[in-house]
Amino acid sequence: MSIRILRPGLLTSVQDQGRYGLQHLGIVPCGAMDPVAHRIANALVGNPSTCATLECTVLGPEIVFGRDSLVALYGAAFEAKADKKPFPRNRPVLIKAGTVLATGNASRGARAYIAIAGGFRVPEVLGSLSTYIPAGFGGLGGRALKAGDVIACATDLSELSRARFGRVSPRAVREADGMRTVRWSAPALTLPYGDGFAVRVMEGRHYANFDAASKEAFFGATWKVSPDSNRMGYRLKGPQLIRGKAVDVLSEPTCLGTVQVPNDGTPIALMADHQTTGGYPKIAEIAGVDIPGLAQLAPGGQVRFVKCTVAEAQAARHAMQEQVRSIEQSLGWELGR
Amino acid sequence: MAPALPRVLPLGDAAVLVDFSDTLDLAVNARIQQLAEAIRRRKVPWIRDVVPALGALALHFDPERTDPNLDPLEATALLVKDCLARRLPSLDDLARTVEVPVCYDTEFAPDIAEVAERCKVTVAEVVRRHAASPHRVLMVGFAPGHPYIGGLDTKLSVPRRTTPRPTVVAGSVAIANAQSVVYPFTISGGWNIVGRTPLRIFNAARQPPALMAPGDRVKFVPVSRDQFERIAKAEGSGAPA
Repeated sequence: MSIRILRPGLLTSVQDQGRYGLQHLGIVPCGAMDPVAHRIANALVGNPSTCATLECTVLGPEIVFGRDSLVALYGAAFEAKADKKPFPRNRPVLIKAGTVLATGNASRGARAYIAIAGGFRVPEVLGSLSTYIPAGFGGLGGRALKAGDVIACATDLSELSRARFGRVSPRAVREADGMRTVRWSAPALTLPYGDGFAVRVMEGRHYANFDAASKEAFFGATWKVSPDSNRMGYRLKGPQLIRGKAVDVLSEPTCLGTVQVPNDGTPIALMADHQTTGGYPKIAEIAGVDIPGLAQLAPGGQVRFVKCTVAEAQAARHAMQEQVRSIEQSLGWELGR
Repeated sequence: MAPALPRVLPLGDAAVLVDFSDTLDLAVNARIQQLAEAIRRRKVPWIRDVVPALGALALHFDPERTDPNLDPLEATALLVKDCLARRLPSLDDLARTVEVPVCYDTEFAPDIAEVAERCKVTVAEVVRRHAASPHRVLMVGFAPGHPYIGGLDTKLSVPRRTTPRPTVVAGSVAIANAQSVVYPFTISGGWNIVGRTPLRIFNAARQPPALMAPGDRVKFVPVSRDQFERIAKAEGSGAPA
């Protein structure tokens, strides 16, 4: 029971919710760049959030499914066809054995997650299924997927898929082009609207060390995600940020969303594959609630920063968690998990 | 006088930084390792990562498990204060001693002659002093398993190289800023390379995956080129010249 990659796309990798408890050994949590989209993709096929999904980036993969499969493509608005017929996004779809799912460019957002009933089965490495490409471990061989790769799925994939889809209310079922799907879809929760997505940030530990003009520029400018951005970090093009006096910073722990400023004055927002420690001054820390939206920006995407307090960021994060849990519960109810 | 309490600062909305010192101090770092162990022993369900570094300690929360009615910053500050008020676990009890064989042959040590010249000692003396220094892992970071090791003989104090090398071979042992590092992967680096170990510094398939953990004592043991090859073969690190 497996799938086979015909064309890998720009950067497709196996991801889960990340690898925790090992940052003291320099091992980063890693995991889905948009963790909310990963969770909802799983929920759409009746999986717990711990199952592995395929993270697709900007240009998606082409995949052949060996068995009848319940799949979902959730997140960025990727062009998608199943055997050349439009493939509906953001909902459970039961496809027949041998179906080829071909995804193209994302017209909105940058990352989508392909989930399959029972999850993708790769060996667990250090407590997670996530691929950590920089050090070459986890996922499938510690690397991005390539043409010809075969990824194992649940042994009872077709039975599981049919059973789960069978629990959907018959009134909601829609059949078209050889696929069975539903008339509803999950809302795209994490795709930022329009240009200049406002990202909430807290002042970083070295914020006070930057000169007045740089502090103003940080909050006043519209920043552009540079082409050399990746899963480790987003380089942001805009005004150069200068520290009042250059002080050596002792290398210290960083976290997801730390915005650090190397000596060239170009800020870097640390993303899922970031290093666990760093010696560059930290100008800001991005609120966790806005990480999924940032992960949905492709190079060229624009952000501006708005200041918030730690309490506000925590409240916003809890509100988002509640919303995601509520969607997971509704979908769990629908698919009878 | 009791040491001053560290500052507990937010690190984003899902972590805190327990800030001890802006400068490197081996005694302060030892205390950070002790506090890290004390916090780990509390097994707080919503703290999922305890990360000691050179002069600070980070505690990362699991936002799915934090209590919305509890301010994690305040709760962590209380936890830190309580741990520090009690007797901290002894570093000597909890730390391991890791023996790291190093071949200091020039072939593996492109910078050793320059280090010797700068420090006004012979190459043999650099080896002797490096191997005899009371090393301890201060932090693991930058890359998986990448140790920053303190305790280097002060006679061997050299700055980092002005131009980093684009690639430094995995296993290379290098010094700068009164510290030693061992490169777990072939990556770029600006430290002065004085030798190479045949051991695998990081192996995701091994338990534990990192050869060295924060707080560990490290003993660098000089080995010949032949011994290096034998160990490399057994280790499967295949790190020939």
